[in-house]
This record gives sequence, C-alpha cells and structure tokens, in this order.
Amino acid sequence: MLRIENLHAEIDGKPILRGLNLTIGKGEVHAIMGPNGSGKSTLSYLIAGRPGYTVTEGSITWNGTDLLALEPEERAGEGVFLAFQYPVEIPGVNNVYMLRAAVNGIRKYRGEAEISAVDFLNLVKTRTREIGLKESLLNRPVNQGFSGGEKKRNEVFQMSILEPSLAILDETDSGLDIDALRIVADGVNRLRSPDRAFMVVTHYQRLLDYIVPDHVHVLADGRIVKSGPRELALELEAKGYDWLLEDAA
Amino acid sequence: MATPQTEVSELLNRKYDAGFYTDIEQDQAPPGLSEDIIRLISRKKDEPEWMLQWRLRAFERWQKMAEPEWAHVHYPPIDYQALCYYSAPKSRTDAPKSLDEVDPKLLETYEKLGIPLEEQKMLAGVAVDVVFDSVSVHTTFKEKLAAAGVIFCSFSEAVREHPDLVRKYLGSVVPQGDNYFAALNSAVFSDGSFVYIPPNTRCPMELSTYFRINAMNTGQFERTLVIADAGSYVSYLEGCTAPQRDENQLHAAVVELVALDDAEIKYSTVQNWYPGDEEGRGGIYNFVTKRGDCRGRNSKISWTQVETGSAITWKYPSCVLKGENSVGEFYSVAVTHHRQQADTGTKMIHLGRNTRSTIISKGISAGRGQNAYRGLVRIAKSAENARNYTQCDSLLMGSECGAHTFPYVEVRNASAKVEHEASTSKISEDQLFYLRSRGIGNEDAVNLIVNGFCKEVFKELPMEFAVEAQKLLNITLEGAVG
Repeated sequence: MLRIENLHAEIDGKPILRGLNLTIGKGEVHAIMGPNGSGKSTLSYLIAGRPGYTVTEGSITWNGTDLLALEPEERAGEGVFLAFQYPVEIPGVNNVYMLRAAVNGIRKYRGEAEISAVDFLNLVKTRTREIGLKESLLNRPVNQGFSGGEKKRNEVFQMSILEPSLAILDETDSGLDIDALRIVADGVNRLRSPDRAFMVVTHYQRLLDYIVPDHVHVLADGRIVKSGPRELALELEAKGYDWLLEDAA
Repeated sequence: MATPQTEVSELLNRKYDAGFYTDIEQDQAPPGLSEDIIRLISRKKDEPEWMLQWRLRAFERWQKMAEPEWAHVHYPPIDYQALCYYSAPKSRTDAPKSLDEVDPKLLETYEKLGIPLEEQKMLAGVAVDVVFDSVSVHTTFKEKLAAAGVIFCSFSEAVREHPDLVRKYLGSVVPQGDNYFAALNSAVFSDGSFVYIPPNTRCPMELSTYFRINAMNTGQFERTLVIADAGSYVSYLEGCTAPQRDENQLHAAVVELVALDDAEIKYSTVQNWYPGDEEGRGGIYNFVTKRGDCRGRNSKISWTQVETGSAITWKYPSCVLKGENSVGEFYSVAVTHHRQQADTGTKMIHLGRNTRSTIISKGISAGRGQNAYRGLVRIAKSAENARNYTQCDSLLMGSECGAHTFPYVEVRNASAKVEHEASTSKISEDQLFYLRSRGIGNEDAVNLIVNGFCKEVFKELPMEFAVEAQKLLNITLEGAVG
C-alpha cells in the first residue's frame, strides 16, 4: 500500500506540495488529475526519487518502507516504476542492454541471481509482441530518434519487463494521437493485477476512457482537494477545475 | 545494503591496480644524457656502427632543438640530465631461450598485469612481445609467425638480424629531427618492437606489445616500426601500465607505420600509464610521436586509442596519405580525471588522389582534468577528390574540468570535401535519474552513459581489448559523478 501523509515539498525554496495526503491500495488504479502547475509531476518525481526536491514535512511509505530514505534505484528495487512524461534519450546505449542492466540491478537489490540471457530474451520477445513495440526499436539507443508515440510505448514496454508493484504513469497520454493512446492503454490494462497498484497522472479525462480508474483525485495548489469515483473525471471534463479551486479557497 | 554514496567513496579510494613495483636487480646507466651515454647504450645493445652513428646524429639535432610549448598542458621543466636513459633487468646477460630462464619475479609482474606469458595460455592467438623497461624479454609464438614469414621481434634483435629492413625504414616516417621528443627518442631509444609482414600475407594472429616502466627515474624510450608489405594485413595491439610513484616519469616513444600497396595496418592502443594521484603528484609524462605512412596505392592505416592514464598526454597519431585511394582513420577516447591533462588528436595529411580520412574523437573530462583535442586536416594541391570527416565530441563530468578543441583545416585543392562536427555536453541529471529510476545504480548509470558516448570508438577495438577498455574507463571514472 502506498501511503502519503501530509507531504510538503519544495524546489529551490518554492513550495509545490502543501500537505498532500493519498493512499493507494494493492490492485487499485488511482487517477490524479488537476490543472497545470498543481504539482502532479512533482508528486510523481517525489515517489520515484528525483533529486532536486526538498521534502520539508510528511512521509511517503510503500508497503511500510520509507521511500524518502531510499535512492531512486533502491525504490525501483522496492517495486516502484515511473513512466516518464518526457522519456530521456541516451545516445549509444542500447535499449535492451539498458533494460537488462535494470532487471539485474533490481534483482541484485533483492538478493536474487542475475537473469539468464535466454530467459531475458524470451521475456523481451513476449513483451515486445504484447505491447506492439517495433522490434527495430529494441536495439536502438534508448529513446533516440523515437517518435513521441514510440517513446511512450517504450515506457510501457519497460514497465512490462520490470513488472513493478507500484506503477506511476506521468501524463503518458500527452502528445499521443487516439490510436497510440489506445495501444498504450491496452498495454497498461494488460498489466493490471490484484498485486499491482497504479497511479495514473493525467490532465485529460480522455485517457480514463481507456484506463478506467477505481478512484479519481483532484490535485490543486499542492493538495488533494477532491476525491471521488470514476464519474468525478467526467464531471471535471464538463465543469473544468475552477469550481473546485474556488471551493478549496 | 550499502548506500551508493558509501560505495562511491570506497571506489574513489581504490588504488591504481597496476601500481606495484618489481624488485629486480637493474643494470642501469648513470643519470644524464651525453654522447658517452649514447655510446654506452649502443654498446650494451651490441649495435652495429651505423646504428650508433644514427643515434649520434639524432642527439646532435636534439641539442639544437627546444621543447615544444604550444600544447595546452602545464608542467614544471624537465631536467633531462637527471633522468636515466638505460635500465635493464640484470639477470638477463644472455637472452632467455625459454620461460624457465626468465626471472620468476618478472613473470609474477606479468601475472599481476594479467598477461598470460605461457604459451599454453596463449592459444587465444595473441603473440606478445613484452618490453620490460628497456629490454624485450620474451616473444611468444615466434615460430608460428616465422612460418608465415612474419617478423615480430624486439627492435634490438631487428637491428642485428634484419639490418637492411631497419635501415630502409627507420626514420622514414618520423625523421630524427621531426620534433623534440622524437629526436630525443632517436638518440636514446633502448628497445621496442619490430614487425614486418611480407607481401600478400595476412598476419595469422593479432600482435601485441605490453610496455611497462618499472625502474625509478627511468625514461622509457621505445621505438616501434611496423611495415606491411604489398597486399598484407596486420592488427597490432599495444597496452601500457606503469607502477605508482610520486615522481613524474618520462615516456617518449616513437611509432612508425609503413603500409605499401593494398596493405592495411590496424594499430590499437590502450594506455593506462600511472596518472598521478588526486592532487596531481606523480604520473607519467606521455610524449609520444606516432605516425603512419600510407605509401602505397589503396593502403589503409587505422589508429584506435583509448587513453585513460598518464599525468600528461601529448600525442597525435597521424596518417600521411601518399598513395592513391589510401585511407587514414583515427578513433580516440581520451579521459582526464583528477589533475590529468591531455592534448591529443591527429593529423591527416592528404597528398594522393582520392584519399579519404575519418576522425572520431571522444574526450571525457572529470574532476579537474583538462582535455584538448588538436587535429590537423591538410589537403595538398595534389590531393584531387580528397575527403575527410571529423567528429569531435566532449563530455564534461563536474564543473571543475575543461574541454578544448583546436581543429586546423588547410585545403589547397578545391575538389576536397571536408566535414567537421563537434559537440560538448555534460552528463545530464535527467539521464542519470532516468536510468536510476529503472533500478540501475549511480556508478553503473554513469558507466552506461559514458560507454554509450564512446561506443563508436570501442567498436573499432578488437573484441578482448574493447572489454578491457570499457572496464578501464569505468575504473578511471569511478567517483567522477557523486
């Protein structure tokens, strides 16, 4: 279970999150919505451990483990995965080679033996087919020369290989046309399981037509200002965020 | 589970792996440089008169020359009279005929360096001519090479056994008076490797020389001459390490390559001389002249270097493209960490028609390292349809290091096509975080990024060397990003 309590965080002295509370249980899919600049990406980064943020108050625990005390790679070892809004290009580093280093890094953290080359290649083959990733992208440098859609699909592909127990999708729908959106959503839905928690960050309710959440939260001004069932997203689409912001104020 | 921070500091404190000293009795000349010392070296090596005269002429030239100051490196003046110019393990009065005769301590040294001297272990197909200080100790696989007509021996042996070849080619690529350090080397060079590949012969194995400076205060001045006769091919590997000392040591080598018609030479170097400590104490001054002469039509010379060691590196492996359709290549990774300084690059001199050259240079600066690429592409009037492609990338790690690029292009023929691309980048926090969020530790993430940056060069190295180079690079840069 992901438990975020009274989280206050700032970057360069500027407060972004101001007392955020959120709980996501195993097997649940939670959508985080909210206007631009409300702190959605910051929340995702804080869970994954991006350097540069200062937590001034509060806590983030995952299955009882204090995530804030861990390095990003250790959090990955604990089962956390972040699908980036803007996947990073790494010239000269083979996509699959990187992924194998990641799998083995996580296994090492858990005290498990390295994956065999055969097992790994079989896993890659299966997931490539399931996610519909172009095979030619496997041995290209990470994200380099990928189209926007290919990058997002590569994120979901990586997620399917690493099999996280807590998956965070940061605006995975941004920049995708409707076909790409459907394919990415299919990939995510395939990974839904009673053992896996999802936090889906999105600006638009459109994605939630495909990845249907159990709960919807509205993040505004650094806090969760409203939570509700899936229907809340539809209401937001119809009414916008302003009425909530006024309520909150 | 240790946190990455403690791992990093552990790694940072790791010692230079090859920094041990072998205590063997040395036969050493007194320090200083004079005509007498040169005569002594020549006599010790039992050289013919012509060789002595050649040395003396070089010495005369050297005395009239001044040390170059144009390189982007800084070091206190070298006292050439305080250096020792000849040092040999004493146990070798007669050249050893087999491994049993080689001083066991020497073998131990090579064991530590990971060079398998025993021929059984050499089935991998690498023949090693080991230069221990000034004398070549052991040459493996000589018979197999001899069967192919390949000559691979120490330079001293070549002077005695193959004087015609040596006299014909010695100094024909790097003349005695080429530059200050080449002149010094020509006067006092003590040993090195000699390779001759006969016409239409593909050398049956990769040739390899391991250089090592062991004795204190000894300059190492080896001389390598590789001749690929018409239609032949050879791949030559050179690896270097030196023990760790507080004093600076001078290494001024000369390498000459000659490729005749349709011949190809691939020359790969992994240089790991002692770089000095974090504060810049000690380390090798690596002032080396390397040049290849594409003398024949359709000949090709390819330099690949991975330079991770030395306090100061001053070297420009170059190609003179005389033969029509000849090809010159230069692939380089140069790393400077802590207080290391490197001024390195290449020269591509296009003289013949349809000559082509490629330069791929990757400079990595970390700590307070200073890294300069200096390259010259010269297209002579005679070089119709010459082409050059230069790519020169710098990677900065941290905020106290420096990267500098000095490209010179001289074109005297309008048909030439010359391309130059350059980039400077920092390892970005975004890249690091991306990899770490996937479960890859900080050091591994840095290594992945750096190796990705160097990939175009590493793929030019022979397989085993590429693996070694990658490891070396990772060790060199340990702790470079906190």
